[in-house]
Amino acid sequence: MSVKLRWFILLLLLNAAPAWAIPQIEHWTTARGGRVYFVPTEGLPLIDVRLVFDAGSARDGAKFGLASLTSGMLDTGAGALDADAIAQRLENVGAMLSSGVSRDSAYVALRSLTHPEKLAVALETVTEVLAHPRFDPKDFDREKNRTLLAIKQRGEDPGDIAEIAFMKILYGDHPYAHPPEGLKETVEALSRADLVDFHKRTYTVRNGIVVIVGDVKRPEAESIAENLLSALPDGEPQPPLPEPVAKPTAETVQTPFPSEQTHVFAGELGMKVNDPDYFPLYVGNHILGGSGLVSRVMEEVREKRGFAYSAYSYFFPLRETGPFQLGLQTKNAQAEEALQVAIKTVRDFIENGPSEQALEAAKKNIVGGFVLRLDSNQKLTGEVASVAFYNRPLDYLDTFTQKVQAVTKEDIKRAFKARIDPNRLQTVLVGGGAK
Amino acid sequence: MFLRGLRLILLASPLSLHASEPAVHEFLLDNGLKLLVQEDHRAPAVVSQVWYKVGASYEHGGITGVSHMLEHMMFKGTEKHPPGEFSRIIAANGGRENAFTGQDYTAYFQTLEKTRLPISFELEADRMRNLKLIEPEFAKEHQVVLEERRLRTDDQPRAKMQEHFDSVAYSNSPYKNPVIGWPDDVAGLTLADLKKWYTLWYAPNNATLVVVGDVNPDEVYKQAKKFFGPLKRSDLPPIKARGEVEQLGPRRMTIKLPAKLPYLVMGYKTPALKTTSDEAEAYALEVAAGVLDGGNSARLPSRLVRGQQVAASAGASYDLYSRLGNLFALEGTPAQGKTLADLEKSLSEEIRRLRDEPISAEELQRVKAQVLASHVYQLDSMFYQAMQLGTTETVGLGWRKVREYVDKVNAVTADRVQTIARKYLIDDRLTVAHLEPLPLPEGAPAPEERPTGGDHVR
Repeated sequence: MSVKLRWFILLLLLNAAPAWAIPQIEHWTTARGGRVYFVPTEGLPLIDVRLVFDAGSARDGAKFGLASLTSGMLDTGAGALDADAIAQRLENVGAMLSSGVSRDSAYVALRSLTHPEKLAVALETVTEVLAHPRFDPKDFDREKNRTLLAIKQRGEDPGDIAEIAFMKILYGDHPYAHPPEGLKETVEALSRADLVDFHKRTYTVRNGIVVIVGDVKRPEAESIAENLLSALPDGEPQPPLPEPVAKPTAETVQTPFPSEQTHVFAGELGMKVNDPDYFPLYVGNHILGGSGLVSRVMEEVREKRGFAYSAYSYFFPLRETGPFQLGLQTKNAQAEEALQVAIKTVRDFIENGPSEQALEAAKKNIVGGFVLRLDSNQKLTGEVASVAFYNRPLDYLDTFTQKVQAVTKEDIKRAFKARIDPNRLQTVLVGGGAK
Repeated sequence: MFLRGLRLILLASPLSLHASEPAVHEFLLDNGLKLLVQEDHRAPAVVSQVWYKVGASYEHGGITGVSHMLEHMMFKGTEKHPPGEFSRIIAANGGRENAFTGQDYTAYFQTLEKTRLPISFELEADRMRNLKLIEPEFAKEHQVVLEERRLRTDDQPRAKMQEHFDSVAYSNSPYKNPVIGWPDDVAGLTLADLKKWYTLWYAPNNATLVVVGDVNPDEVYKQAKKFFGPLKRSDLPPIKARGEVEQLGPRRMTIKLPAKLPYLVMGYKTPALKTTSDEAEAYALEVAAGVLDGGNSARLPSRLVRGQQVAASAGASYDLYSRLGNLFALEGTPAQGKTLADLEKSLSEEIRRLRDEPISAEELQRVKAQVLASHVYQLDSMFYQAMQLGTTETVGLGWRKVREYVDKVNAVTADRVQTIARKYLIDDRLTVAHLEPLPLPEGAPAPEERPTGGDHVR
């Protein structure tokens, strides 16, 4: 055997040896009903812990901005600690704490080294932040004012204005309609008592999940989850959200704005996270406008015509039906033309579906690139949190690529026809090209 | 109470972290292409980046933005691969790809399942020397780049302000020009400009190939030799010094444009790691930025946002790894009821404190603890690892600088921070810009203001 050949075989063996398996999610429920999802990882002495509560802006009621301000105030004082003390405790051990809200959920995320003493300090601090936020009146006034300024600043960005108008026209009075950070008048009306009440009702054991991904063993994960939840009340899961109702006819909102570009959105209600048509719609949209430079929308709007830097379509699945959104920005004079090109692209796609070749290419991209969604502790934490929060099956990540492979051209055509009616698109234009 | 116990732990930690430092394997091809490989076997994925030593700071007047425009055209085909095929091949192989241009570099990247690495190499090697720059593709992409400028700069008050700020803060350094280029320069770019730029800079001996992932370094070297090895080297133009002239006093400017909120930017001229004769100065500036803005306990969030409540937000930054001298920058938005002058006064006061009082042992320790931890966190991202190696190599520092970072920051003393503050964070090196919002014209209300309006000037 030649030296070269021996090398080759050795390399093959080396490459083949540690066959990679999709990380397995371990799941258990604590005595008090807390749902925990754990993936042990190796290689780096770090851990990501994420708690996700059904406490997003869809739970604001009429008090738009309530969930967001509640989340933003968690680390401004808790128990015996003020904001400085919380930050110092965490930063002394190099831990990073963040929190935030989306329409469906509120999260509190901790990243820490696994060094036992450091991790203990970090976890202890986060436990306080979760369970005993002070909502001190002085902090409350300050954070509210900061939120009001951020809301004001949205008014200088045509993209932000368009996004807010788009969700409003799509969702009307549904809890998904308003921006998570709220509106000027609703935030002004918020009181400290509103936040205290919201926190008490939604940051509870049975209204959330715990995700732990990192270089710790199962018993440690169990005790971490137990401790984090220890000071939270049992609570109750939030009631289901109402189903959004689709607009029966197409509508257009135009807002003139002194910008060089016009931001254009068009869309309608799309799909839920646990939608039976999730895979045909996801794979189909990947071809239509979800795959960056090689998508059809990008091809027509940017590559063929040079109309826009960014052009896309996507489904944004939520617990209840989330939006299907087509978007681009272009110089004012050609806003209408660019919009028509994008809509025609959608129309053609719904009419004819993808070619077999395009479907094959999309599957190769999604399946071949699946590992890239899981190749860091941080990304893995995000994927697991999504599986956990939305109660997806535990083998969701394992079966994902099979389900993508199973999608046919006919599935895509049928699903798109059933969901997207190009004659009912809700359209928003903001910019110098709006009339 | 708990702090005392913690300090002991912090002092003990550096050793344990050093153990996990991954090795970097360096190779040099005969044609001058440098290859850096770092193994990460946690998942069967790989990041591949090609870094060219060219960017906006290499450009001269009249053609600003040419590096960025060329970056766009690099996706527009070669003899072997027609326009768009690069992206289609990468996509069909499950890859993700893009490119970015900065002041000091132009870089192209793919992330892929590990066995697809040769596909990336084949395509990148092809477009390194064989780009076909043709008129119809250029005409369209030119429009795309003009749209990108409108999107990212022209319609963004703060980005536009930053552009004007840089052009005043720097007298002659090429950093005074925006990466995307000045409007007329971008609009006036020609195919001939791009061809010239491509011929000048795109060569194996002006590039670094960085690979991080689940790979075997020798195997990667073999593949790199196979695909990049046959490429011809170029005679590269000499890089002439373009050092910023000494600033002879403070500079102030007011920028008036339609916006909703006022905004403040301040910058002190400072050396970069590459340009200082004493590297410890650069690491001390890095620590100074950390004392001001390294986390929620740092001075700006603690004192200006929460304490004095003079800022709705405030930040400080310093770029250790730039090729030319840079700015120690401060920025902020005044809190409700506060003015730009109030905020400037408070930020200046924080700078004065850095000059006049040594930072506390606790603060210094905290910055170091964060640096240590974030070093581990950064190892979680293969892309970030590749970015660091690519940046340091491309600006001429060499990738080994990345490995020195933790130790060098650990060696910084309070005394040293005060010394550099006294030397560099002084009025004669300062530029200040105020963004004074002009009313957004009638008919342009933000939706949330429609019902009441009233208190907003339009």
